[in-house]
This record gives sequence, C-alpha cells and structure tokens, in this order.
Amino acid sequence: MSVWRDVVGQEPALAVLQRAVTDPAALTQTWLFTGPPGSGRSIVARAFAAALECPDGGCGDCHECRTAYDGTHADVDLVSTEGLFINVKQTRSLVELAARRPSVGRWRVIIIEDADRLNDHSGNALLKAVEEPTSRTVWMLCAPSLEDVLVTIRSRARHVRLRTPPPEAVAELLVRRDGVDPSVAINAARAAQSHVGFARRLATDEGARIRRRDTLRLATSIHGVGDAVDAAADLVKIADEEKERSLDDRNRAETQRLLETLGADPGARTQPPHVRAQLNALEKEQRTRATRVGRDVIDRALTDLTSMYRDALVRHTGSGRPLVNEDHVAAVDHLAAIMTSEQLLGCMETIGVARERIDANVAPLLALEAMALDLRLPR
Amino acid sequence: MRPWQALPVTSENLIGVPRHVPPLVLVTGPEQVLADRAVASVLTQLRVTFPQLDVVRLDAATYTPGDVIAHAAPSLFGEDKAIVVADVDEAGDELQGDLLALLAVGLEPGSTLIVRHKGGNRGRKVLDAMTGAGARVLEAPAIKTDRDKTDFATHEFRAAGRRATAGAISALIEAVGSNVAELASACQQLIADTTGVIDEAVVTTYHGGKVVATGFRVADATLAGNASEALRLLRHAIAAGVDPVPIVAVLAQQLRQLVRVGNAGRGRSVDIARDLGLAPWQVDKANRLLPGWSAEGLGRSIQALAAADAEVKGGGRDAVFAVERAILTITDERQPR
Repeated sequence: MSVWRDVVGQEPALAVLQRAVTDPAALTQTWLFTGPPGSGRSIVARAFAAALECPDGGCGDCHECRTAYDGTHADVDLVSTEGLFINVKQTRSLVELAARRPSVGRWRVIIIEDADRLNDHSGNALLKAVEEPTSRTVWMLCAPSLEDVLVTIRSRARHVRLRTPPPEAVAELLVRRDGVDPSVAINAARAAQSHVGFARRLATDEGARIRRRDTLRLATSIHGVGDAVDAAADLVKIADEEKERSLDDRNRAETQRLLETLGADPGARTQPPHVRAQLNALEKEQRTRATRVGRDVIDRALTDLTSMYRDALVRHTGSGRPLVNEDHVAAVDHLAAIMTSEQLLGCMETIGVARERIDANVAPLLALEAMALDLRLPR
Repeated sequence: MRPWQALPVTSENLIGVPRHVPPLVLVTGPEQVLADRAVASVLTQLRVTFPQLDVVRLDAATYTPGDVIAHAAPSLFGEDKAIVVADVDEAGDELQGDLLALLAVGLEPGSTLIVRHKGGNRGRKVLDAMTGAGARVLEAPAIKTDRDKTDFATHEFRAAGRRATAGAISALIEAVGSNVAELASACQQLIADTTGVIDEAVVTTYHGGKVVATGFRVADATLAGNASEALRLLRHAIAAGVDPVPIVAVLAQQLRQLVRVGNAGRGRSVDIARDLGLAPWQVDKANRLLPGWSAEGLGRSIQALAAADAEVKGGGRDAVFAVERAILTITDERQPR
C-alpha cells in the first residue's frame, strides 16, 4: 500500500513528486499545488508530506506516514481558515515555526491549504521565509489556480498543476475506499463532475441524492411565472436544508466544547457575563460561516443545474461525449428536444448571471427568481 | 384611560394638601416624551407642597459613585430635594448599589426620589425595591402604531381645549409621525400659533410637503402603477435617510406576494394565506392589486428588480437611479384598467 493511494487521476503530477522524494537533488523547498475544487490539492500535499517523512519514501503504513497524512505529525503543520483571510498574525507565527529544525522527522513541512486566502499583508509576511527556507523546511501551498496567489509568492514556488481527475478514476477510488457499488460510484463521480468529496457524498448520502434530484427537476418543470417564483423558493429551501445538515451538529459541538473549556455549566439557562461574551463571539463566527456555506451550497446547486443544459447541448452536437447526468437521461433528452442550442446557451448564461449576482450580495432569492424566470421552458 | 391622560394635573386642586406625591416615584416605559412629562408633572405637584424645591438630576451614564447618597444626606439648611435619576436601565453596579442602599435606609422627610427606567432586565432589583417600598408607578408606554399616535395627538389638542379634525390629525401624523417628540412639539406649536378649529389646511400651512416615506409606501405606490407618486415617495424616503437596499427588498417581497397569490387561484383568502404562509390581509391586499397585472408583467418586473438590486449592492454607479429605473419599469408593466 502506498501513501499515494487516495490521490486519483494525477499521474503526471505524481511522477514529479515521487522523483522529488527519491532524489533529494530534485526536491524544491517551496511548492505550489493548483487544481480545480475537488481535485485533491490538500490530499496530494499531505501525501507528499507523508512520503517525505517516511523512511521508505511513502509506504503508507508506518507511523510517520499515518501521522503526517492525518496532520498530527510533530513536524507537519496544516494551516487553513474558515474566515475570509489568513491573517498576518497567523503567518508571522508560521515564519517563526519554519525557522526551527524538525524535531523527529527528516523535514519540517508546512502546508497552507488555502493559500488563495492569504491577503497582501499576510502573503508579504511569508515572502522571505518562502524564498529561502532553512535547509530542512518544506513549504506546500494549495490554491484553486495560479491567479489566486500573490504574484510574488507564485514566482518563489515550484508549481504543480493538478487536473480534473477522470470520472472513472474517482469511481474507482469510491469503490476501493468507501466500498460503494461500482455502478452507483460511476454515476456519482460523473454527477459530481469529478469532485471527489461531492462524489462521495452523493454515493453515500441518500439525502444528498434527493436534494440533487430536486434541483435537477427544476430544469424541466418551470412553465409559468408562478412556477418560476416557486422554483426559486424551492432552491433556497433545498440549500437551507443542506446548510443546516452540514452545520447544525458542528455548531452544537463547538458550543459544547467552548462551554467545557470555560468550565461553564452547559445546562444553565443563563450564563455569566464573561461566558456570554465568548459565546456571542462564537455565534458571530458561526453566522459568518453559515453565510459562506449557504452561498457555497447554492453555487453547487447552480452547477448541477447548469450541467443539465450542458448535457442537452452535448445531445445537440451529437458528439457522443459522456453525460454528467447519466441518471437523468430522460429529462436531458426532453430539454434537448424542446430547446434550440441558442436557448440552451442562453439558459447557461442566465445561471452564470445569477451566480455573479449572488456573489455580489444580491438577495439570493431575488437573484434566483430572476434566473428561474429566464429558465422557463418554451411553449 | 391611556396613561398620558392621567398625567397633567393642574395645581389648583392640590393647594392646601400637605403632600400628594409619595417620596418614591418610578417612571417606567420606553417613550421618552411621556416619561419627561411624567417627571415634569410630578415636579409641578411637588412644588405645590415644597415651593423651594431643589431638583437634582443624575444620569446613569455619567454617574459618580456616592452621588445619590451625598444628595440624599440631610443638609444643614434643610432644603426640600427631588432627586431625578435617569436611565436606571443602563445603570452600572455602583448606581444600583447606591440606590439600593438609599432605599434600605429610607429618605429624609423633605426628599423625593424619582427613578426613570426604560425597560429590560437591568436594574430590576432597584425597581422591585422601589415598588416594594410603596413607590408611585407612572407608565410611559411606547407609542408605535398610527392609532396610538392619533390618540396621543387628539388628546394633546383636547387637553389644550382645542378641536382638531380627523383629517388634520392624520395629515399631521403623516408629516411628523415618525418621531413622537416631534409630533408632541408640532402639536404644541399648532396650539400656540393658531386659533379656532385646527383643520387640514392649518396643518398644511405648517407642515405641507413633508411626508414620512418608507419602503412600504414606495412599494404600494409602485405596485398600484402610480409612477409619479412612487418616485416622489422614493425621493422623500432617500432624503429622509432610508437606504435603497431595504426599498428594493420590500418591492421584491411585494412582487413575490402578488405572483404567489395570483398563482394560488380562487378561494377564501384565509385558506390561501394559510397555504402560502402569509397573513390574510396580505392576501386581500394582493387580490386588490392583481387586476392590473399580468403574469408576464410581474415576471419582467422581478427581473428588472434583480438587476436593480445588483446595481444597488455596488454593481452600478448610482443606486438611487437604479431603483428609480426599476420603479418606472414596474409601473410601466402594470396595465391601466
């Protein structure tokens, strides 16, 4: 078993990294991994870190491999944020950390999982440390694309581009790692457009499948103005459900943990002022996160919806490319039959506009209503 | 009887009685105008008994520990004192502690303690101690609805022995109703400056052209297809400091209701309201507006509004213009009956 086992469909990148592990002369000390969401940037980075720490170059089973991969290794640090930015205070402490020798392993590895969230300030604080790391430190930065990273950081790092893995590779991973039925796995991988995390959720969570089906159904069910307004309300409702599902347990656990840390009584009806202040701060943070998650969820639903029109367009071109929504062929064919290519493109454009608007803070319901009105089926 | 009707007490019927006001007076409630008047009337009553009354005003925000005790302490010259403590609902521990200590000891014979409390739980202990010690409680409830304001203004005029027409009062509330203090002083001005019956013409002379506009009124005019009125109200609202963002939000909400009610078909408004999660009056209102609207027109209106929202949220240069254009698009979509 190799430590690279969860990395799917990234053979070109793997060749580079494996050579760096086996041949110390080929090891650059600052790496930048880019790739679309779900391509496994942080998984690649963690596997690479494990391979560097492992005496056998990444066996996948030894203590070093397992701890490095999980992020619990003493010399491997994982940095990520749920806020909007990684702030300068955080990066300064990283710079300090990077100056120390590794304590148990061969290398000190610092992985910044969302380097796209470094702002000018915090990015600049890193420059010196990233350009000339001490002899035993390796930096790994992950970002969706090169353009998301400060140009000054970009020029100091060795770039490894990850591609969107082929659906077959993602399906194979789901079968092997999560024990999913092969036919379900390939549908999920296609439907998630090779996003490993989403594919896994679609394959294992019945609720996620239902929510996706409800979203896709909108493409063929909007006839009148009333339908459009209802459809927008449905979309928001689906997104809310998904948001609640993913956040509720987590928020409760966090609150519980905070109360325990502060030594407060979780059952008390009212908390003393100093506890209340901390609780309020936590709630504020959770609300910010909820906004971000809510938007992400709607964005995901819109991606699903776009894929329907894309599939119908594929039918028009007759290119025989595989469909994203193999499991909704009937609806795709229906769309292809009643809409022209121009109309399909128009629909995709409309969805894009709604996305931009939501991104620019337009009330999601209003933006979706305007979108749904343009998605009405031709009579 | 509304609380403010109990407050004005003339001094004639008080003369000759030793003491009408108990040593402790508590004024509770959020409406500052009423609370101010309550305190003023209590002081007037006190001056009947104690012509040389010395009034000390303390405030929670600027309180120095020990002040209450110092002022309540017996004085060499034996003046009669009224200590007015404002905003006890914002009081820190010191002020609350001092007040409780004072209440525990009791006041000097010539002293009166008047405490003002806007609401909420802070300072509750002081309140309980006051009522427990037999304080007179005066209430200053919030004046929120138009009905409350109408009652208030009507009573203002009646107390001054003046008659005002219903039209005059509604015009007055439309002009200055957003702020009760302003409404009160407007009433006083009309009483002082005019003679005879106060009618709409008199109010227009003093407050003509001033309108309290909210997003809801803009939306109502827009959906009724009244472009000039909608734009006028929008300008008023913007000038009065209403942000374009909530105006767009209200418009969107009202358009949405029209679509949904129109889509629900015929039926009792109570049933439709229950199905759609609206209030029955919202359904009735939508039904009144719907005859001038086509589904397509509503659809185009929503799209215009979404574009306007994007511009208002920073996508355009002029937020107000974006809203104006959306309003004109929407009023155009409504077909005249």
